[in-house]
Amino acid sequence: MKAMNERGGSDANETGGSGPAAWQTAVISRIEPRTARMRSYYLQAPLARHAAGQHVDVRLTAPDGYQARRSYSIASAPGADALELAIEMLDDGEVSAWFHEVAQAGDTIGVRGPLGGHFVWSAEQPGPIVLVAGGSGVVPLVSIARAWREAGAPVPALLLHSARSWDSLAYREELRGIATAHGNFSYLTTVTRDANAAADHARRIDRAMIAEALARLADVPGTCYVCGANGFVETAAQLLVAAGIAPRTIRTERYGG
Amino acid sequence: MSTRGFTGRRPDAAAARRLPPGQHETDDFPVLSLGPAPAIDLAAWRFTLRHGARPLASWSWEQFQALPRTTWRGDIHCVTTWSKFDTVWEGVTVDDLLAAAGIAAPTAFLLAQSWDEYDTNVPVADLLDGRAMVATHFNGAPLAAEHGGPARLLVPHLYFWKSAKWIKGLKFTERDEAGFWELRGYHMRGDPWREQRYLDDE
Repeated sequence: MKAMNERGGSDANETGGSGPAAWQTAVISRIEPRTARMRSYYLQAPLARHAAGQHVDVRLTAPDGYQARRSYSIASAPGADALELAIEMLDDGEVSAWFHEVAQAGDTIGVRGPLGGHFVWSAEQPGPIVLVAGGSGVVPLVSIARAWREAGAPVPALLLHSARSWDSLAYREELRGIATAHGNFSYLTTVTRDANAAADHARRIDRAMIAEALARLADVPGTCYVCGANGFVETAAQLLVAAGIAPRTIRTERYGG
Repeated sequence: MSTRGFTGRRPDAAAARRLPPGQHETDDFPVLSLGPAPAIDLAAWRFTLRHGARPLASWSWEQFQALPRTTWRGDIHCVTTWSKFDTVWEGVTVDDLLAAAGIAAPTAFLLAQSWDEYDTNVPVADLLDGRAMVATHFNGAPLAAEHGGPARLLVPHLYFWKSAKWIKGLKFTERDEAGFWELRGYHMRGDPWREQRYLDDE
C-alpha cells in the first residue's frame, strides 16, 4: 500500500486527465532577472487560462525517480503568451536552487494548475482593490495589477510593497509605469533595511502607512489582497482590520516554511 | 522523464517513511488561512454541536475546560506540501464531546464551522475513535491565534485544511456538503497517503 502511494501521482497521471490536478510538461522559454535574488521563468505549458492571483505546482524529477514539488504564484496576466513564475532564491531551497543554479531556456519541468480559488481577482468584482505585498509576496499581486490594467483600469487600485531594500522591490519600474499611466493606480513603497530615500518610507508597515494608503482611495475597498511571509501578512491584515476594513473583504496568501 | 541537472535533497530513510507522497519536512509551522485571524473574546466563545440548524449541545469556554482532555503526538501534513513531525496537541476528542452531550453522531457527515465563516466538510468516521479533537494547546502552550486559537479542529490523518482554525462548532449534515476550499477545487476527503489534494484526484 505504501509502496504504491510513493509512486502515486507520478507518471501514471502525467498524460491522464486534463483538469488542474493533472501534471503537464512545461518548457522554460526564457529567464529574466528581477532582483538580485529573484528571476522570472517564462513557461510554455498546456494549462487552462488562470485567474489573476492563482498559483501552479511545480515538480522536478531526479534520475532515480525522486521528486520535489513546490507551489509558485503566477506573475503573468491571464491569457499572456507565456506563464511567468517569479522565483526567489531561498537559502537551503531544494527547488529554488535548481531554478537559480541549473535551469536554462529549453529545460522541461512538471507543472499542474492553475490552482487556488480564493486569492483571485476578476474585473467583475466591485469596488477599489488594495494590494499589500511583503517581499516576494508581490508576485501574485503583479498578476492582479496586470489583469487590472488589461481590463481597462475599471476600479481604483493601490499597491503597497514592503521590501528590504530599494533594489529588492521586484517589478518596481513596471508598477511605477502603471501608476504613471493610470491616475487611479497608486504605488506605495517602503524599505525596511535600507535608508534609500527613493522609497516612500523606510520603516516596517504600520498604522500610519495603512491610513495613508487607504486615504488615497476615494471609496471603501471592495477587496484587499495581502501576500508575503506569515508574520508580515498577519500584521498587515490586522492593521487593515484596525483601520475599519471588514475582515471578510481581506484575502491572504502566506508564504511559510 | 527526469529534470536535467536535478538531483534533489532526499529525506533520510526514517523521514521518508513518515512523508506522504509529494510532501517534504519542515521545521517551521507555516500558516495557511484565507484571511486575518479573527479576534475572539473567550467570554463570548461557545462551541456548539448542531444537526442541521438544530443545536444538540453547547459549551462556554469555562464549561469546555471541564471536559476530559487528551494529548496527541504525531505528524501533520499540509496540502501545500509541507509536513511537520512530532507535533503535540491537547484538547477534547470528538468522542468525548459526543459522550458529554449524551448523543451518538446523528449523520455520517458534518461541516466544521469557524468564527471567520470558514467551513470544511469531514466524514464523521474520520473524527471518531480518537482520530480527532478540538485542540486548545500546541506543544504545551495555549494555541496562538494565528494557528487557530483559542480552539481549532485537529484531524491529523487528513490534510491540514480539514483541521479548521477558530472552530465554533460541528454541524452534522445529511449528505457530504462541500466546505470553503472544497467548493474551490480541493478534495472532499483529503487523505494525504492517497494524495487526495484536488477535486479530480482519485
